[in-house]
This record gives sequence, structure tokens and C-alpha cells, in this order.
Amino acid sequence: MSRINQAAEAQQNSSESPSSMPTVKPSFPSHKGKKRGPSPEKKGFFKRLSKQKALLLMSLPFVIWLIVFKYIPVAGWIMAFQDYKPQFGIFEQEWAGLKHFRDLFNEPMFYRALENTLGMGILGLVFGTLSAIAFALLLNEVRFLTLKKWTQTISYLPHFVSWVIVANIVITMLSPEGIMNNLLVGTGILDRPINFMAKPDMFWGIVTAADVWKETGWNAIIYLAAMAGVDPQLYEAAKVDGASRWRQMWHITLPSIRPVIIVLLILNIGNLINIGFEKQMLLGNNIVAEKALVIDLYALDYGIGMFRYSFGTAIGIFKSVISVILILICNGFAKRIGEGRVF
Amino acid sequence: MKKRKWTTFDIVLTVFMLFIIVITLYPFLNILAISLNNAVDTARGGIHIWPREFTFANYQEIFGSNDRLFKAFLMSILRTVIGTIAGIVASTMLAYVLSRRDFVFNGFVGFLLVLTMFVSGGLIPEYMLIRQLGLINDFGVYIWPMLISAFNVIIIRSFMDNLPAALEESAKMDGANDFTIFSRIIIPLCLPVIATIALFLAVMQWNSWFDTYLYARNNEALTTLQFELMKILDNANVSSGDITSQNAAVIAGQTNPQSIKMAITIIATVPILLVYPFLQKYFVTGLTLGAVKS
Repeated sequence: MSRINQAAEAQQNSSESPSSMPTVKPSFPSHKGKKRGPSPEKKGFFKRLSKQKALLLMSLPFVIWLIVFKYIPVAGWIMAFQDYKPQFGIFEQEWAGLKHFRDLFNEPMFYRALENTLGMGILGLVFGTLSAIAFALLLNEVRFLTLKKWTQTISYLPHFVSWVIVANIVITMLSPEGIMNNLLVGTGILDRPINFMAKPDMFWGIVTAADVWKETGWNAIIYLAAMAGVDPQLYEAAKVDGASRWRQMWHITLPSIRPVIIVLLILNIGNLINIGFEKQMLLGNNIVAEKALVIDLYALDYGIGMFRYSFGTAIGIFKSVISVILILICNGFAKRIGEGRVF
Repeated sequence: MKKRKWTTFDIVLTVFMLFIIVITLYPFLNILAISLNNAVDTARGGIHIWPREFTFANYQEIFGSNDRLFKAFLMSILRTVIGTIAGIVASTMLAYVLSRRDFVFNGFVGFLLVLTMFVSGGLIPEYMLIRQLGLINDFGVYIWPMLISAFNVIIIRSFMDNLPAALEESAKMDGANDFTIFSRIIIPLCLPVIATIALFLAVMQWNSWFDTYLYARNNEALTTLQFELMKILDNANVSSGDITSQNAAVIAGQTNPQSIKMAITIIATVPILLVYPFLQKYFVTGLTLGAVKS
């Protein structure tokens, strides 16, 4: 969700944003919030510390929590360079160098997992972004406010239900007795029902469609917020010039939200490889397994299922490295073409 | 806003939005209808948004005859309640510490927190950690790993930043310590943002199934509604398209896993349906972060 925060910031920073736009608090590293209490520079460190015992006590448990639950797993990356066996301590392991990475790159299954991950990742990115922007653009044009409000409220609903439920919905709708087959057979497009969930070639498409169904309404929120900030005078001027509603959408609304679109794109491309495994695990089955195997499922099967912990960790490291590379490339590219960048 | 003529464009737009509403709601209504329909009859197909042979048998199975499913329902509620309360206490306390710019370790703690948004150890190291902590098959696995999310803490902190500082100052004059200020002054003022974060946390807890799958599947007492649903889904998936095996289950009784699956789906959806529209205005502003000001 942090990416939404950053996108909002980028929007704020874009030069053409009018002052009436919703302002957004900057995120942590650059905070400018008002100061509480006396200015920190005036007293000595220990003097201040002794007065802040309560704060220290209040923060200590969380510092410990952060270290244990967030930083120890990062330190666990060391496992990828060892032949990790759980019965020994982390410092008593045998070192393996880059063996697990070599194994990984020699494994044909890994390339299939990578292909599936990037395939579904790219489809999800393209259709997810397009559908959210299109929905936001159209919703923004709805004049009948009650309809606008209700459509928006209803469109969020699928975001809040779990993937388990969505998977059940998708499987039910696409089953041979489901509505999709009824419609297709009823209108004569198909002669007889097909079992969509048992067609490997359709799996990527089904996952993408399910994703679009679930997240479009939610993802449109940030674009709608950006559109609400567009200067109404621009539309007035366009109307005087005789621009149609389509042309107004194309020439005013879209360019106005371009910084937001770019920032979200960069962040999403960085996450191309982090598409998770929930959808694939819940929608997949034995018949479509070859198309459903994504990197996280692969890590899960090999790393935990087969107790190859070091190998599984190596997969995780590979993912992080790719993700950093992707985001740096996109960020550099955005900088080159002179658009709002993330870092 | 002055009235304008309705153009073709407006009509097409209205039809399109109604279409969006229909494709969003139809699946839920369809599943509701199936869950209220006789399981044997359902197998004949053709149920849309209205049950043909009305029955509560599928719900009775969950709330009456099937002990495991009812326990799963209670466990879902329990983890949602405890997880939400624990998460709220932790996030607000941490947010308060971070809102105190004069705190000597403010920068350090803030850095530790924000960095977690960018680095993560990954699946396997986290699994190993949970194992080492002895949280496998333990209720704690539902609470501890999800206690703090940097995003939530940042939202709460930015809300606290906008509170009037004078209240705090005067309490300090009266000799209140930082913890008293936090619990007596800050918390009551933060109730709107706490409600928003509570929604996020509750939805996350209610919807979780993977932690049960990975860490607690061998402990029947820890099963949740989502996990039971996932298991039925998994079993059905393997025989996906195998109509005969489904029929065998249908002949066996008045209800079957497929119909129970629909009832569980409805039970798992209803709480969310009840909560989210009322908190809508909070999370929309929460997303565009830190309240909309002009």
C-alpha cells in the first residue's frame, strides 16, 4: 500500500497541481510535521534520555519485535550460502558458496516458474493498470451522483474478500454448469460447455481476469483522487473550444494524472516478480499445474515441502535482486524521459 | 451544479456502470442462492440468484451438526478480535513514540520501521524463524508475525501530527508522564484513525488462510473458516471436471461439500459486507493519506 502513498506524493510534487488538490502528508524519511516538546538540540543526550524513560519503555518492545520478525529473516539469507540443516545452529553449518544458485539456474522447472511468474505478472500489470484507469476515467464522467457513489462502493467489495472466496467464485462461475458456460452456450458461441479450469492455456487469462474483477475498483481510488484535483477551469476552457467529453478525457483528464500513472507503473514493475502465489495456488489444480507454478510456489514446494531450506532461500534472494534491478531500471528510465520518479 | 441535458454518452455510461454493478454482485448472489438451495437439486444446475428448493440445511451443517466447522468459525472470530486489538495497541503505541520528535531514538526507530517496507527476508527464512520461535501449531502464530505494519503506523502517526499540541503541553505541566499522556489524551483523540486501522487489521485477520496452511494445519483446534474453505476448494479442484465423483457425493446425502462451500463463502463474506461501507469514507481518505485538507 505504500506505493499509493508515494504515488500521491508524486502527484503533489507535480508542478501543475492546483492548490485545491488534496494535500498528502509526506512519508517518513522526509517528515515535516510540527515538533512536539522542546527543541531536541537544547539539552544533553543523557539528560533528555532520563526524562524519556516512558517513551523508551514504550518503544523497546517494538524495536525487539522489528528485529526479531523483520530483520532476523533478512539475516537468514546466510542460509542460501550454506547447506543448512535445522538441527545445527546457524554458525555450525557447512558453507556451500554459490552452489544453491548454480543448482537453481540449472533447474528447468525454475525457468518454467520464472516464465509463469513474469507472464502472469505482465498480464496483471497491463490489464490491471488499464482497467483501473479506464474505470476511473469513466466513473469520473458519471453525472448522476447517486449512481457514481453506488458503483464505486460496490466496486470495492471484491477487494475486501479473501482470495479463497474469490477463487471459489471464479471456479463456480466457470464450472461446466456455471453462468459463463450458460451464457456462451445460450448465445450459441459454444456448442457445449467447456471446463475452463481444466484448460492449461486459459490459466493465465483466468488469473488475470480474476485479478481485474477483484482489484479494479480498489485500484481506481488513487486515480479518482488524482482526477478530483484537476482544475475545473481546464474543462471550462475546453468546452468553450468545443471539445467533446471524449476529447476532454483524453486531452485533460489523462495528461493531468500522468505523474500518478507513471509512479504507480514504476512501483508495479518493481513488483512484477512479487506477484505472490495465492491466486495460482487456489485457482490451480493438477491439470493446469504447468501453467500455475510460480516462483513462490516453487520455493514453497522445494524449500519447505522437500526440506531444501537453503535452496528455497536462494530463490527468495534471486527474487529480491530481480525486483531491485527492475525498479532501478524503471526509475532511471522515468528520470531520463523527465517524468516524476520515485526515488 | 446546474442541470445538463442527458446525452447519448451519459446513457451509455449509465448502462456501463450498471453492468459493472451486475458483474460485481451477481457472483455473490449466485453463491447465496446456491447456499440456500437443496444440494441434490443444485447439481441439476440452473440456479441463478434465487434458490429453487429452499433449505437451511447447509447452514445447519455448519452451525449445528458439524463440530469442526463451527469451531473454525469461532476460531476465525477469536483471531480477528485478538489480532485486531493487539495490532491496534501496538501500532498506536509505536506511532505515538514516533510522533514525538523530541524522543532521542525517534530517528532510529523510524528508520527500523520504514526499512521493513522495502526489505523482507522471504518465505523460507520467515518459516525457519517461526519454527525456531516454537510458534508452529500455536495460536501465537496468528498474532505475533502480523503485529505491526509500517503502513498502518505511518497513517496513525500522521493523524497524531495533526492533533493540537497544546493539550499535551498542558498535561505535561500538570506532571503527567508520557504514558499517561498517550493513554489518557492521545488515544481518545485518535479514535477515527483507530477505527480505520481496526478495519484493515480485522479484514486481514478474517481473510488469512495461508498462515493456518503453513504453520497450523496439524492442529485441528486452530483451523479457521477460510482454511476450511480452502481445503474444500483444494479437494474439489483435483476432481475438477470429474462429474461422476461429484454425483457420488450428492447421492450420499441432503448436503455435500460443494453446497457447504457456498455456505462457508457466504458466512465469510457477510461480516465484511456489513463493515466496509460504513468505514468507506475513512479508508478512502486513509489511502490518499493523512486526511484531505484544502
